[in-house]
Amino acid sequence: MNPFTAWFALFFAAVFTQNILLTNYLGMCPFLGASREIKTSFGLGAAVVFVMTFTTPLNWILYHRLLIPLGLEYLGLIVFICLIAAFTQLIELVIERVSDALYASLGIFLPLITVNCAILGASLFMVARSYTFLQTTAYGFGGGLGWMLAILAMAGIRQRIAKNRLPRGLEGAGIALIIAGLMAMAFTGFTGITAPS
Amino acid sequence: MLNEFLLGVGVVTGLNAFLALLLVLAERTLSHYGPCTLTINDEKKLVVPGGQDLLSTLKREGLFIPSACGGRGSCGLCKVTVLDGGDPLATEIPWLKPEEIARHVRLACQVRIKHDLRLQLPREWFAIRQFQATVVSIRDLTHDIKELRLRLVDPPEIEFQAGQFIQLEVPPYELTDEPVYRAYSISSPPSNRREIELEIRYVPNGLCTTWVHRHLNVGDPVTFNGPYGQFVLRPGNRPIIAIAGGSGMAPLKAIFLDMAEKGIARSARYFFGARSRRDLFLVEEMKALETRIPGFQFIPALSNPLPEDRWEGETGLITEVAARHVPDASGAEAYLCGSSFLIKAAIAMLTERGMPRERIYFDDFG
Repeated sequence: MNPFTAWFALFFAAVFTQNILLTNYLGMCPFLGASREIKTSFGLGAAVVFVMTFTTPLNWILYHRLLIPLGLEYLGLIVFICLIAAFTQLIELVIERVSDALYASLGIFLPLITVNCAILGASLFMVARSYTFLQTTAYGFGGGLGWMLAILAMAGIRQRIAKNRLPRGLEGAGIALIIAGLMAMAFTGFTGITAPS
Repeated sequence: MLNEFLLGVGVVTGLNAFLALLLVLAERTLSHYGPCTLTINDEKKLVVPGGQDLLSTLKREGLFIPSACGGRGSCGLCKVTVLDGGDPLATEIPWLKPEEIARHVRLACQVRIKHDLRLQLPREWFAIRQFQATVVSIRDLTHDIKELRLRLVDPPEIEFQAGQFIQLEVPPYELTDEPVYRAYSISSPPSNRREIELEIRYVPNGLCTTWVHRHLNVGDPVTFNGPYGQFVLRPGNRPIIAIAGGSGMAPLKAIFLDMAEKGIARSARYFFGARSRRDLFLVEEMKALETRIPGFQFIPALSNPLPEDRWEGETGLITEVAARHVPDASGAEAYLCGSSFLIKAAIAMLTERGMPRERIYFDDFG
């Protein structure tokens, strides 16, 4: 496989077949809590794409250029969390300074995703699956897009059923979990397209 | 082994120190907005340090904006018009009506001051101050309503209109970790500028009411800010119909005492409802006003009088009692204070009897 096809295959797998939300169930809290409206979901999704695209490769550099040479691989988890937290704070400050409009649509979600486990998960999977730097860029970007796709789909469905009458016990989180389960099953339809390891 | 341990600690510490330094530098450079000028109503100019939210900045400048949640964007009270402050954030949208968004209304707690701003604030907010006071007496009006009398310390006097309310600050205690503010009407007349009275009914587990009923003692210092509100007597000669229940007595008591002191003679009927005798209070004081205000009539009523009450006055829900006395309300104006239920029922009753909706004034603390 030529490098570009390989990169794209991994990117595609990260978006669809190995969707971090629907196959690993990571980042569930905002997925359930902020998926009532497409507009909010879009802002949150965009913030996740942005942060995951940058933090995953940055963590790759930290892990392979700092931790491995020093024999400190076991510190990966802590180092990753610190970098993600600092990165989101920093970007929030930058966005607030440069654009009010961007801050209103994207910036206010950044503190919320500091502790989003999908973003930490992407960095941990990148290590567990021994991706190269190039593969990591595809995985980070694709993983973020996949998460955004899933929350947008969820918000679309929830917006459509907002006025429907549901059995009382299923309102809110109940029906959202059932929808998430059905979506996850639908995504298994993509199996057969696996990521090159 | 020790080396590996020290290396691990060193790397994590070093990395975090680097990231923290980066953030501090970013905060210093990126979030430093320098002094900004706030122009209020095109006349007053304030130079304030930028970078913080509008609500707390104005508070530091001595301008109090009504707010019940303390700046977390969860009460929607701190609405101000910000002419060049940009679009509202997602956190504000639920509190704003479309026409308010069109008029550039924002929640002051969600606006960060990053450049010069032009604001429009209602004129009466300039009179709002923070007051330090001392509790001079606490007395039981009923088994669950206490009258709190506060003597002002700093500033030593308050100017307000009868019917307005203040926000009492509840300091952190066993039920709350941070100060909370609750609104109470002033029940004393504005002629006494050195003291105010509040009537506070106990609500089980209520943050403020528990504090007042169980913890507050005579001599304790308290903080409040105000005055707020539009629930004041409108000028004119229309007959007055006042309907209140429970601690809804407070603003109406202030309004009628004020009328008596100023010698305003207007036809007025004050319907006051309680469940049984043990919930009824200040009957003599209110009855006494009938001789001081020509045309004033106080009509207390019990909805569930007990046999031992030996009640000979009006019975029934206060709105039903008022309905019996007022066949035609078209020429009058009404002042209501009490539960949402009471207010809703009273509005329905009065409009049915010909009173236009815009002449019904009420105070609803939910």
